[in-house]
Amino acid sequence: MPDPTANHRPSDLSVADPAIRVVDVVRDYPRPRTSLLRPAPVVRALRGVSLEVQAGERFGIVGESGCGKSTLLRIIAALDRVTSGQVVVEGTDITHLPERRLRFLRENLQLVFQDPMSSLDPRMRVRDIIAEPLVVQGHPASGERVRELLEAVGLSADAGDRYPHQFSGGQRQRISIARALAPRPRILIADEPVSALDVSVRAQVLNLISDLVDELNLTLIFVSHDLSVIKHVCDRVAVMNAGEIVETGPTGDVYAAPAHPYTRRLVSSIPTLPRALAGATTADLLSGTPSDPPKGALA
Amino acid sequence: MNSVLAVEDLTVTVRDKTLVQDVSLTVDPGERVGLIGESGSGKSLTALSVMGLLPEDVHASGSVRLAGVDHDLIGADERRLSRVRGRQLAIVFQEPMTALNPTMRVGDQVAEAMLIHDTVPGRRAARAAAIELLGRVQLPDVLRAYPHQLSGGQRQRVVLALALANDPSLLICDEPTTALDVTVQAMVLDLIVRGVTDRSSALLFITHDLAVVATVCQRVLVMYGGRIVESGPVNEVFTSPRHRYTQGLIAASDLESADRRLPTIPGNVPAAGQFPNGCVFRTRCAHATEICATAPPWSGTASRGFACHHPAPALEPADA
Amino acid sequence: MRRLNPSLVAGGVIVLLIVVTALVSFVWTPYDATLVDPASRLLKPSWSHWFGTDKFGRDVLSQIMVGSRTTLFVGIVAVGVAAVIGVPLGILAAMSRRWSSEVIMRSNDLLLAFPALLLAIMFGAVFGASTLTAMIAIGIASIPSFARVIRSGALQVMRTEYVLAARAAGRQPFPIAVRHVLPNVASLITVQASVSFAIAVLAEAALSFLGYGTPPPTPSWGRMLQESQEFLFSAPRLAVFPGLAIALAVLGFNLLGDGLRDRFDPKLEDRR
Repeated sequence: MPDPTANHRPSDLSVADPAIRVVDVVRDYPRPRTSLLRPAPVVRALRGVSLEVQAGERFGIVGESGCGKSTLLRIIAALDRVTSGQVVVEGTDITHLPERRLRFLRENLQLVFQDPMSSLDPRMRVRDIIAEPLVVQGHPASGERVRELLEAVGLSADAGDRYPHQFSGGQRQRISIARALAPRPRILIADEPVSALDVSVRAQVLNLISDLVDELNLTLIFVSHDLSVIKHVCDRVAVMNAGEIVETGPTGDVYAAPAHPYTRRLVSSIPTLPRALAGATTADLLSGTPSDPPKGALA
Repeated sequence: MNSVLAVEDLTVTVRDKTLVQDVSLTVDPGERVGLIGESGSGKSLTALSVMGLLPEDVHASGSVRLAGVDHDLIGADERRLSRVRGRQLAIVFQEPMTALNPTMRVGDQVAEAMLIHDTVPGRRAARAAAIELLGRVQLPDVLRAYPHQLSGGQRQRVVLALALANDPSLLICDEPTTALDVTVQAMVLDLIVRGVTDRSSALLFITHDLAVVATVCQRVLVMYGGRIVESGPVNEVFTSPRHRYTQGLIAASDLESADRRLPTIPGNVPAAGQFPNGCVFRTRCAHATEICATAPPWSGTASRGFACHHPAPALEPADA
Repeated sequence: MRRLNPSLVAGGVIVLLIVVTALVSFVWTPYDATLVDPASRLLKPSWSHWFGTDKFGRDVLSQIMVGSRTTLFVGIVAVGVAAVIGVPLGILAAMSRRWSSEVIMRSNDLLLAFPALLLAIMFGAVFGASTLTAMIAIGIASIPSFARVIRSGALQVMRTEYVLAARAAGRQPFPIAVRHVLPNVASLITVQASVSFAIAVLAEAALSFLGYGTPPPTPSWGRMLQESQEFLFSAPRLAVFPGLAIALAVLGFNLLGDGLRDRFDPKLEDRR
């Protein structure tokens, strides 16, 4: 259903249209030539990935390094092109649209990245960083809006005058989130947003993302290598391995009863406090079969 | 029981900043001890001080004694330290690429580790031992490979084989699996635990990950702002934390709870050397009062205790 | 907070000294640098002529002072030409598609393979020997090194997530180059400029020595060196003073370049 709040432009989406539909997407990267005569070798980063994310859903993508999850994100955000397949965002096929016709996507879909060090231009003031998407899209970048965004992510208004290096990792991630929210997007893609943060700060940022997604009725795609974080944030999850989605389902189900052998191995590898306190050893992490912790192990 | 490692009143300073203050800890033979802390907690500096590997402008004072070594490691010169390092004392760092010589075959590097300390009778024996060691970390076929030909997890296993080559009495691991994928982490953790158990070596395991410590270690030390704020057996500390920081940390990392909002510790981790005086946690602590401006004394024993003016009430440890 | 490194300080002082000398030479020199005085030929250094006089009786100190202008002028124009063309080329190569980037970098390599002095001599032969032709030729020959350094820096910037975020917000390539890439490779430009400056100073001296650089009577360190040839055994001081001036200038700009590189190196910055 179209959202009636002020944050959302009226939309003519039919109820059944998913926010994002990815159909059989393949992405090959050429490697540097190793021979003059033979064609350049090819790395297949995505091998036919299909998924659907409903509007308002919190969708997780979990996988280890090199599984293709970052490539998939970039393709959904039209920052990279498919080799074959189709990507449809809010009913519009973006697969072969030229940059100048992607304006609706640039306004409605925003990203938050992993590395709080490299995601903010070190030579720009925070105010200008947050206002950049507004300026680009021709909205008046009022100081009022920037202050409002800073407040929404829990930073003081005077933070706008400072440079990124004057902030801690967690604060920088808040700035990234403020920048992503500036053009009032409907879809937020978060690529490992808490992987580089300290545990005590990770909880704050996860709460912030959760709250904002609720308040602004966003569709969230949350990518992580950490299934426990995904399970905490997301309703549904796709498990990726070697360029393919091996399993999709409600996060609770996938976590409790993984069906694919890879997912089973992944889930059992995750050390958790309740499991450890119930006596799980490192050998149990390798067993490939997640054991349910007895209830009440953690007081 | 005589401990393998005894650190007393270790203080690490760089110019006018104090990064580690009055850290005392012991590790008993064959014991697996975890040292947890966030960025700026001083956990890695503590490990580097024990190894005598601090950068030049960083200064350590206090005492670090290792069983079987008749001198203090703090203040010892490079020549004496190098006889201890790789022999009684070994370390595995976070980044396995820089720990290996990129121009030397993996097998030769492992063999050399033993030849340096004369723990094998000759080249042939060293080679045979290297094959055996690499086999134990489940890398039977990499003897002639160069480091760049291996994956991150494989390299970390080579580093582990290197570290264990001379049956050290203490193995220090500094975030050994942070750069690895979770399935690879499981394997490396298991190899570390098996490696130290087989040799009855002690383990000092440094990480920010509570669940990893709980899985690997028997005892845990919690560091914050350059001090040890709480220590004790893993089960007690994690089920009944007494220091307010430990309590907050455990709550904030509990992703298993059904509640979508996580309990948080307010504020940010201060930059290294910029923690408050008195209790280092008081600027982020909901229970802080005026008395927290004075450094809290250690309550409890050396093996189970905490430094907090307003500790969380003690719970009966769960019978697991 | 940050400690200054010694090469930055030493290089800065030397370069400052040369700049001040050049500025002072506009308002005051001990003698007119081009004044020929047959009565005072080949004088040894003395209180009236600190560095002595040459075969035409011109004061060597005055010539060195005025010559520093030529040196700086040469450096500025040569580096200017190289930077104005090399920097955009480097950024373009980093931001464009694979094949056009290949074209830019391969033609760059072609230019790099061409000896700079030969290019300058050709220019001199075609357009007539003058300071300006020499400078432009040296500038053109320095383009490839600029383009290479800037390209690798720009490639790193293009891989950062803030550029990705800007693209996701709909920023076009040109504004990305101006707002994100250029400010973040500025430190590289500074470093490369000071190194190229040293090379240009040396090249001008060599060209003037060969007779393809600054024509007489404008004083130039390189030509002073050339004119000193016939007196190398009878009056070696005539070669020593301009030679020292050239060596000092090259050293100064190289030290400055090294110092700036250390200062801007992010890896070194992180440790502080």
